[in-house]
Amino acid sequence: MTDAKGTAAVKDLADKKVLKHIKVDLDKCIGCRACEMACSAFHSKPRFSSTNPARSRIRVVIDEKNDMYVPIRAGDYTPAECTGRHKYTINGKEYNECSFCGVSCPSRDYFIEPDSGLPLKCDMCEEDPTLTEPWCVKVCRCDCLTFAEEEDDREEQPEKRDEMEIGLESLILKHGLDKVLDMVARMSSKG
Amino acid sequence: MRYAETGFNLEIDLSRGSIERVATDPRDTALHLGGQGTAAKILWERVGPEVDPFSPDNLLIFSTGLLHGTPVPGANRTSVDTFSPQTDRYSHSLFGGFFGPELKHAGYDKIIIRGKSPDFVYLWIHNGKVELRDATHLEGKGALDTASTIKAELKQPEAQVAAIGLAGENRVFMATIEHANSSASRGVGVIMGDKRLKAIAVRGTNDINVARPEELFGISSPMYEAIYENPDCGDLLAHEDDEEFHVNNFAWGNARERQKGYWNHEREEQWTAITESVRLRWTGCYNCPKDCHMAVSYPGRPPYFQKCYSKLTYAMAAYEEIGFNYDILGVTQEHGLDGFSTPQVLAFAVELYDAGILTDEDLPDFPPDGAGRFFYLVEKIVHREGIGDVLANGVYHAARAIGKGAEEYDHNTMKKFEQVPLKLSMINYPYFLMYATGEKMNITQIEGSYPQVPIADLEERKAFTERWAAAPERFKEYFMEWEPRAHPTVEASINIADWNETMHYVDDAVGTCAFLSSFTGQWAGQPPYHIHNLPDFISHATGLDLDSDGLWKIARRNRNLIRAINVRRGLRRADEKPPADHWKKRDPEMEQKLLDAYYEFKGWTNDGIPTKQTLDDLSLGYVSDDLVERGILSGDEQSGSEATVGASAE
Repeated sequence: MTDAKGTAAVKDLADKKVLKHIKVDLDKCIGCRACEMACSAFHSKPRFSSTNPARSRIRVVIDEKNDMYVPIRAGDYTPAECTGRHKYTINGKEYNECSFCGVSCPSRDYFIEPDSGLPLKCDMCEEDPTLTEPWCVKVCRCDCLTFAEEEDDREEQPEKRDEMEIGLESLILKHGLDKVLDMVARMSSKG
Repeated sequence: MRYAETGFNLEIDLSRGSIERVATDPRDTALHLGGQGTAAKILWERVGPEVDPFSPDNLLIFSTGLLHGTPVPGANRTSVDTFSPQTDRYSHSLFGGFFGPELKHAGYDKIIIRGKSPDFVYLWIHNGKVELRDATHLEGKGALDTASTIKAELKQPEAQVAAIGLAGENRVFMATIEHANSSASRGVGVIMGDKRLKAIAVRGTNDINVARPEELFGISSPMYEAIYENPDCGDLLAHEDDEEFHVNNFAWGNARERQKGYWNHEREEQWTAITESVRLRWTGCYNCPKDCHMAVSYPGRPPYFQKCYSKLTYAMAAYEEIGFNYDILGVTQEHGLDGFSTPQVLAFAVELYDAGILTDEDLPDFPPDGAGRFFYLVEKIVHREGIGDVLANGVYHAARAIGKGAEEYDHNTMKKFEQVPLKLSMINYPYFLMYATGEKMNITQIEGSYPQVPIADLEERKAFTERWAAAPERFKEYFMEWEPRAHPTVEASINIADWNETMHYVDDAVGTCAFLSSFTGQWAGQPPYHIHNLPDFISHATGLDLDSDGLWKIARRNRNLIRAINVRRGLRRADEKPPADHWKKRDPEMEQKLLDAYYEFKGWTNDGIPTKQTLDDLSLGYVSDDLVERGILSGDEQSGSEATVGASAE
């Protein structure tokens, strides 16, 4: 574990595999949405030239009447809605899982560029030279959002498998080995 | 391209149901900035002095501040401007939260509402799509409840809503406009209700551009820390559990008496325990790291937000404890009632009852206890039922309608408006001027840059002035010369009043919160925003090249324009006096001397009217022409030209 705010410490880790975290303490959120403003400004082109929380890769989901303040960060894009969603009950009020999901998905307009419809994804404000912390964390003075970098102490992943191997394996799983062999044979006979 | 602002206003005519998007003139931005400043110009041009506040021709204007939606932290206060039926004069209030920035992202700097709808409607603004929707199903609903209902029916959880409660619907003069964790008070909710506009919902997803991005972000981002770490900005009193200052110094009941010695350690412990038990969390406004608003859940009441000194106003007016205050706020916030003026109206009614002026006939089944009486009266007022119909017009008008000596109990209004319940001993020169001549109806909207008391230790005082970046030089001299328990000189007094109000005119045009700027320097001299650093924020955001003197001049222009609006509606020197018993020891001769000097300094006539020369120098020739045409000015009046040179930022 490393002090996120010390640049020297970050440098030491440069050669090692580092996991970047934004930790969220929901009790500390005051709902000011400075994180949204700063994110949108940093990612505007030219940098800082415009603000627009609708383009932010972090959104504070606010339900004032139920005292709910949840910053969520844009994750990966998915082309399909998920099935079998959870429901959360908070203070007696039911929320759909979508309310707190960070995935950019067609079921709602979170994390989708308002103009182009393209998905948005948090990039931890990656740039050269590295920032000491992402902008959303920088402007969050009440420490709801904090930044941490941790050395990845998980087991090394097994060597990367060949793309074709993964692809074939999934085809076989789906269609059965025989069908795949048949198809390969037919395709090769066509020359 | 327009920077920091959108360059468009929305014009809504509720009588005809028409909606227009109208381009604005960038020269107005250069002259008035935005917010209250540009709203004042519209009110001057379009609402003549003959227009009754309840006429469809009265306008209700919601204005974003010029810096709303830019990266500048703490720029989020929306200005609401109209004419008040209570004072028959210009009415202005501000509310924080998220509404202004959202409106700007929707593509508009202002919403200008005229006419009256036959039935209750709400306005739904979603970027370019703007519509008036039926709101009859929302009638009688609480303000925050209305907001959540609208968000649900539009399926727009991120929409920002400003709504009135039952008080606004029934044209109660103390009605507010409620939004998220904030409220606009001082007589604007009544006009929203009169126009049959239950709410405005807005959702905006457009960019706001700024002129010099790197520079603006460069000076804005350190402000988060500067604001957060500064213990002398934000709403200091909201966070304090030690209420000694308020309960000992403000007057209880109908602004009647101070209860010295009321506060003790035991009470502090009790009150703190109650506060902690009802607090859900502290919340902030858009893009500001201070958390000045308390989310409250009181048993049996819907959740609400408590702000500012309203945590004590009802308790002190009713001679009750803090638990009662949290209880009744759960009712009054939903009804949309102003937490400053309403408690005084209630306490006034209780006094009249105790004096036999109001009887059991007026107040059938009137409860015996303070708390019970207040709950009873609130319902009478918001429904305008029986005597509540009279009380709903505020203390001044109610006293005259009730008669039978009730006028004697109207002792804390000024220009027909309820004032902060403060009763002090010795007249204070700068405060006399601010009370008497201010256009913003409440001292908290006028005071705030210059300390209220000198620092006794000279070395400490010197150190204070040395780090006092907010102050123009002359104020450091006045402060060093200020002997404890002595009056500042006349010259110092007029300058202090002028600087204090000038900073509010700056904030209210650009949208920065007074708790970060105009109201805040009085504690430690360290407001995050002040006359010397704001020009850079405004210049980088807008591309206008503004320096401190330029900004001061714009504030003076806005101040004089608003003065002229009220003068055209009849305001004169004779109206300019604080509540008669605000200070026990008055000095009538000195007061007139102060007014003479202040008017001269401002470039006004001896009757408090800006002279033609003053107006013309501020590019307000169209205002002076109008005043001359109406015979209010001859055009030959002497201007205090010498003095206005003194009103600068240096």
